[in-house]
Amino acid sequence: MVEPGEVHVLLGENGAGKSTLMNILYGLYHPDEGEILVNGKPVKFDSPSDAIAMGIGMVHQHFMLIPVFTVAENVTLGLELTRPLGFLDRRRARKEVDQLGREFGLPVDPDALVETLSVGAQQRVEIVKALYRRAGVLILDEPTAVLTPQETDELLGVMGSLKRAGRSLVFITHKLKEAMQVADRITVLRGGRVVGSTLPGESTEAELAAMMVGRAIRLGVDRPPSKPGAVVLDVEGLTVRNAHGQVAVDDLSFQVRAGEIVTVAGVQGNGQTELIRAIMGLDQVSSGRITAAGRDVTTSSPRETLASGVGHVPEDRVRDGLVGDLSVAENLVLDMYYMPPFARGPMLQPDEIQRSALQRIKEYDIRTPSPQTSVGTLSGGNQQRVIVAREFSRPVSLMIAAQPTRGLDVGSIEYIHERIVQLRDQGDAVLIVSSDLDEVFALGDRIAVMFQGRMEGPFESDAYTREQVGLMMAGSSLEAAPAKGGGDSA
Amino acid sequence: MSVAAGVTGAVTLAVTRAEVIRRRTLGVFFLLVAAAIAVLFGLDVPGTTRADFVLNLASAQAISVPDLVVPVQTTAFLLAAVSAFLGAVQVVRGFGRWSNVVLALVIGLFIFSFLAWAARDTSLSLVGMLQGTVVRATPLTLGAFSGLLCERSGVINVAIEGQMLMGAFVAAMVTSATSSAALGMLAGMLAGGLIGLILAVFAIRYLVDQIIVGVVLDLFCLGLTGFLYDRLMVPFQATLNSAAVVRPLAIPLLSKIPILGPILFDQNVFVYLLLILLAAIQVALFQTRWGLRVRAVGEQPRAADTAGINVLRTRYINVLLGGLVAGLAGSFFTIGAVGQFTKNMTSGRGFISLAAMISGGWTPIGSFGASLVFGFADALQNFLSVLNVPISSYFLLMAPYIATILVVAGVVGRVRPPANDGKPYVKQ
Amino acid sequence: MSEPTSTQQTPRRGVSARDVIQRVIAPESTTWNTVLIVALAFFTALVLSAIFIVGSDPNVIQAPDLPTGLNVAWLDISGAYGGLLSGALGNPSTFLSKVGSGNAKTVASAFYPLSETLVAAAPLVFTGLSVALGFRAGLFNIGGEGQVIAGGLAAGFVGFSLHGLTGFVELPLALLAGFVAGAFWGFVPGLLKSRTGAHEVITTIMLNYVAIYLTYYFLSTKVFQRPGRSDPISKIVDSAASLPSLEGVNLRVHAGVILAVLVAIAVYFLLWRTTLGFEFRAVGANPDASRAAGIGVGRVVVLAMSLAGGLAGLAGANIILGVNYSVSPGFSSSLGFDGITVALLGRGNPAGVVAAALLFGGLRAGAVQMQAATSTPVDLVQVIEALVIMFVAAPTLVREIYHIRAQRGVGAPAVSTGWGS
Repeated sequence: MVEPGEVHVLLGENGAGKSTLMNILYGLYHPDEGEILVNGKPVKFDSPSDAIAMGIGMVHQHFMLIPVFTVAENVTLGLELTRPLGFLDRRRARKEVDQLGREFGLPVDPDALVETLSVGAQQRVEIVKALYRRAGVLILDEPTAVLTPQETDELLGVMGSLKRAGRSLVFITHKLKEAMQVADRITVLRGGRVVGSTLPGESTEAELAAMMVGRAIRLGVDRPPSKPGAVVLDVEGLTVRNAHGQVAVDDLSFQVRAGEIVTVAGVQGNGQTELIRAIMGLDQVSSGRITAAGRDVTTSSPRETLASGVGHVPEDRVRDGLVGDLSVAENLVLDMYYMPPFARGPMLQPDEIQRSALQRIKEYDIRTPSPQTSVGTLSGGNQQRVIVAREFSRPVSLMIAAQPTRGLDVGSIEYIHERIVQLRDQGDAVLIVSSDLDEVFALGDRIAVMFQGRMEGPFESDAYTREQVGLMMAGSSLEAAPAKGGGDSA
Repeated sequence: MSVAAGVTGAVTLAVTRAEVIRRRTLGVFFLLVAAAIAVLFGLDVPGTTRADFVLNLASAQAISVPDLVVPVQTTAFLLAAVSAFLGAVQVVRGFGRWSNVVLALVIGLFIFSFLAWAARDTSLSLVGMLQGTVVRATPLTLGAFSGLLCERSGVINVAIEGQMLMGAFVAAMVTSATSSAALGMLAGMLAGGLIGLILAVFAIRYLVDQIIVGVVLDLFCLGLTGFLYDRLMVPFQATLNSAAVVRPLAIPLLSKIPILGPILFDQNVFVYLLLILLAAIQVALFQTRWGLRVRAVGEQPRAADTAGINVLRTRYINVLLGGLVAGLAGSFFTIGAVGQFTKNMTSGRGFISLAAMISGGWTPIGSFGASLVFGFADALQNFLSVLNVPISSYFLLMAPYIATILVVAGVVGRVRPPANDGKPYVKQ
Repeated sequence: MSEPTSTQQTPRRGVSARDVIQRVIAPESTTWNTVLIVALAFFTALVLSAIFIVGSDPNVIQAPDLPTGLNVAWLDISGAYGGLLSGALGNPSTFLSKVGSGNAKTVASAFYPLSETLVAAAPLVFTGLSVALGFRAGLFNIGGEGQVIAGGLAAGFVGFSLHGLTGFVELPLALLAGFVAGAFWGFVPGLLKSRTGAHEVITTIMLNYVAIYLTYYFLSTKVFQRPGRSDPISKIVDSAASLPSLEGVNLRVHAGVILAVLVAIAVYFLLWRTTLGFEFRAVGANPDASRAAGIGVGRVVVLAMSLAGGLAGLAGANIILGVNYSVSPGFSSSLGFDGITVALLGRGNPAGVVAAALLFGGLRAGAVQMQAATSTPVDLVQVIEALVIMFVAAPTLVREIYHIRAQRGVGAPAVSTGWGS
């Protein structure tokens, strides 16, 4: 239930059903049962246009924008301003979009192509788009997930001004702090059910957190202090360009030692992806040197890098980690099928592959009907376990894992964290990239922060507080003196 | 959308490595063309040799102009120099967004010097050849329009070949039976549209891979027209397969323009329809609400859906429209050209249409330009007997196909297809 | 950015022609269900084709009254399909009387229709395997036609150039030449795809036409053209380079049939028992993950296209060395395209390909008989084949027509493709 002119926060963990609920409200999914009331009347949304007609606007987690269209085209799409014969009235569209943006403090350039805009600017376009549709209720689905702290603050400010203009807002998030900051009312979801509704003044963050998770959260993993050994990964002056030719990783240097975990924090899109891909030989290195497990792997192919003793848990497990149509057993040897004992010369050894699969399935508790099941049919958590089982049972001296627990259930997260610590205790070097600060602090012996392709640290995990690391993720440097104008790449 | 762009600021349209490589490759290609012009068409030719280009058509109404007589060797060296200059500029700094225009220019220079060389010591009807080029390009362009109408909405149409065959067959039959070219043309379009509808249902409703349905539909149309040809047209040749060919229709005044008149405005109705469609689709696609929505559906169907646009309906309509246009292209083969249907008479031109669409960057104008190049290669063979060309005609017949391979292999640069081209849209 | 829940269950990728191919050849669907769908698809295709047969017969349309019309229609359909069947398998009563005759040649002639079916099926096995292998590696090889031609030209060239050596030397050399030439015709689009991203559907189709004109060119040269002939036909293949056949008893069936089965077994082995086959299947299903796991995707694309081309080249060699004994234009007779239908019907499995090739081979052999007996054009078979594939590719449609309840996991929405750039 949302009142006019209020901010209603929907709080819940990944997979709690927040986004599904909102997609139903927006007519994208269809409810199996139950009904929706708008202004007291039951309504049925068969498509987003029904929802739009009822004054519901939505800012999706994954923007619903067309990259090759201009801002004005995107905003007016579906409600185009036309002259006779259906010709587009571009001038009027430009003017109206510009005005609308000014009115609510959301500056946008109507003529810019959306693909050339920053994420924050794209989000403004999404909001303007909803306002253009005269949305009385605005649903914002995890809007801060892709924003820097500053951009988040701006957004929260915009939400305030929208509220004052009499718009209702539904703010979906899993971040407690933001919820407390702007909410007029908070509803907590877990496992697809409402588990509580409260006002911000009435509950503490800890209470809300407990409601979200359903039990007290274990912060951190029990682990002995690290005993760092020799340098296993040595990155020197690494520069990598992305597909658009822009510098994504900018002159980075750092080391990871045997027996320690280095975690790299950062908002997505600050070069972490390219850094990992470059180390693994998946992206080309523009300049600099990478030494892994005692070998120069700067220009190595992915196979050479993997074979020299590097394990890799890719960021996008569906795209890069697994072949969905192949079986669990085959995926468990995806980067080892050509080596003994799984192959003898050019011939596969199916019995050996099967035997090892059964063993891994048991050891890593992979829930699958059989080793022959297509891996694509497993749940996200089990898919990730397949990857972890594969990579962690290879003899490696360096393990690289990007976003290893993203989107997983709590049980799987704890399991994977324990495995990672185990690996470290066996004397492996571990490099973790994560945009989840909890994970960064839970695992990291040393912590680094990436911002715009540059890195702060790594420094000892107790050197800075979470707040300080959060600031660094937003680009402010604690190392450089203010007089020097900061250490970011601007 | 997946957000890979940087977190702050507008992404500057940086020059990517791929672009630099393409710029250099293209430049080297121009230089090679320059060398080829000089060596192949200039070096061994005596300086006094001339080629006579006839710029009038005996049958045409255009105001007559004198022949263009050019010295072969000088022409070759001059055009080689121009190409070399363009190549040098391309290597050093590139022509940016004009590079495809320059590419077309360089290809044009090559073709012209080839013609001058081939017509050495003889005369060649340049206007006749260009008129032939436009005629040959007509079904290709219409086929490409069919492809782009479908693909702009996100459905790949590989069935153009089959739609053309059906259009050709039905148009011939209906025109023969009714003596009405208009009815024949309409029936041909409907036949193409029917195949388009089948494609749409299988691709959109049953989510069958679009390339597979397209190819199988091609086989189906090839088999069906072959079957019906043997069964109906062979025994009843006189009543079912002897259509009157649509006569050229000179447009008053415009057809009198020298050179351009006979090439563009003294043609049959198919060419005029093509010119009208060219303008209409170009404007509709980029200037109207309809076009904006179609492109939105082809780029990001989910975004279009959330904006209240009916994705599936848009796709059905566009695939149907594409089928109609391909049927029209097919009609050209019979009632626009020879009057009779023969088995497999399109011989792969539907596929060349696809290549023309791709190299034309999914735009009507570009498709027309690319089709003209293919049409020229196609038209050339008719003039071989009058020309001094010492190579087997079979190699010239291969030329359009090899040109297509070069085109899709990136000589014309990577053009971005609609982002969701070929991907079925499934509502959750 | 947190992950949308839907991607955890259903992988979504933007890669060419492979998702639905994977669905068409999906291993989960039970054999029984597959057989049912194929049988119903076949039945539906025959019914629709019958409508074409009847609808294109003026005697039906001009029939004086309904019973006469129905009678003519029935005669049309039964004549055509009866001819098809007896051409493919033979007529049971004639078969028995011939077998009972005791004369060796008469007994053999009882097997003539079967022999023709096998002769027609053998090249289809090769082109079907060619397309199936491509599918497994995520490639759509529409270039079978050109590869067949290239293989036939090369095999024919070696076949008529060699003289006086034993069959143990000449035949393998001629077959090898066919394989290599076909492989080259597949290698080119493979290389173009891996280097420039040029879509194989376009490049392979274009190479088909290049091969066709190349045939005309070669057949106009002294090296190929048969002395004393002005039409485009090559010299005759040396008997030692020909595939042995049962010519003695007037049957055309030849050793190429055995070779086809052996090659099908070899392809099965390659795909499921070797590391290369593992790479093919992995790249075919997810090139990104394959690359991340260290598999050289470009190398796999080139190898798979070359092997696919080589298999189609063997089909050409098979025709020239086993049936025609000389090269003439059009000898490929749409084998490459029929390979697509065979591969789709055979669900990309070598065993399925062999079965589908036998079915379509029977149709081809029967069609000749059908045309001779009832003057129903052979093109009908192509219509039937295309319809069968349409229905097999859309099992949901077949289920809707016959009100069969969908099975779990079958007919789930699959997500395709694009030009792969």
